[in-house]
Amino acid sequence: MATTTDAHPVAPAPGARPPGHGRDRPVRGFELWTWLFMRLSGIALLVLAVGHVLIMHVLDEGVDRVDFAFIQLRWASLFWKSWDWLMLVLALLHGVNGLRVIVLDYVRPAGVRLAINSFFTVLGAALMVLGTIVVVTFDPADWPA
Amino acid sequence: MATEDRTTEGDRKGRFGRLYKGHEGQYGWLLHRVTGVAIILFLFAHVVDTAVVGWGPDAYNRVASVYHNPFVRLLELGLVAAVLFHSFNGVRITLIDFFPGLTRHARALGVATILLFIGSMIPITWIMGTAIIDLLLES
Repeated sequence: MATTTDAHPVAPAPGARPPGHGRDRPVRGFELWTWLFMRLSGIALLVLAVGHVLIMHVLDEGVDRVDFAFIQLRWASLFWKSWDWLMLVLALLHGVNGLRVIVLDYVRPAGVRLAINSFFTVLGAALMVLGTIVVVTFDPADWPA
Repeated sequence: MATEDRTTEGDRKGRFGRLYKGHEGQYGWLLHRVTGVAIILFLFAHVVDTAVVGWGPDAYNRVASVYHNPFVRLLELGLVAAVLFHSFNGVRITLIDFFPGLTRHARALGVATILLFIGSMIPITWIMGTAIIDLLLES
């Protein structure tokens, strides 16, 4: 199985793994922890993101009923605020790391790689800060109907 | 460039002579990447449009009205499909990674993933599709 660079230590090929299923499991360091994070956050996002998509976009009129008053009602609940904040953080980390893995595969020049990865990391961090501020500071009582 | 030295299957078939066909798992892997990139690019925009809620009802309702458009709603259906495929396929990957014994059932897991995806997309396409048609008839 092809590995992209020597920077990614991989376990000896187990032989049982079917072809065409991506890279091997990393054995240590940053790549191992991000590998594990992708799977654990993925399981959490299976509930958070799939639940979010079904509630907001499919069931009960979907996005047709989503307006300011709907968010106001929804974010009056600490449960939904926590749901949305956790989803924000996990989805951004999962997505930005996913982009990093893809860039590692397709972008060879080290400088371009660093530039693209830095761009998405800074963008992800900025959006995490923005989203956190909005979720935490939003007070439904500030906007009387 | 001695042709008689070519030994691998790919070389015998000719380097550019035939359409490359990958293992089916490879298409799942490619779709996982494509849907993942689509979702994160949408998410970047979605965090910003949701953040507008902090500027009050006038600003937010103007942003939310973007969804009152049949084409945007078609994209929305695509987004839901991408999230579901990425999630179900992600579960398949995680199961095989954490329980290597499941490799023997890789094909069955792949079929189950596709069936679960199609099975869930049928009612969702119906629900969202009728809403899109209603929106088209309205305008």
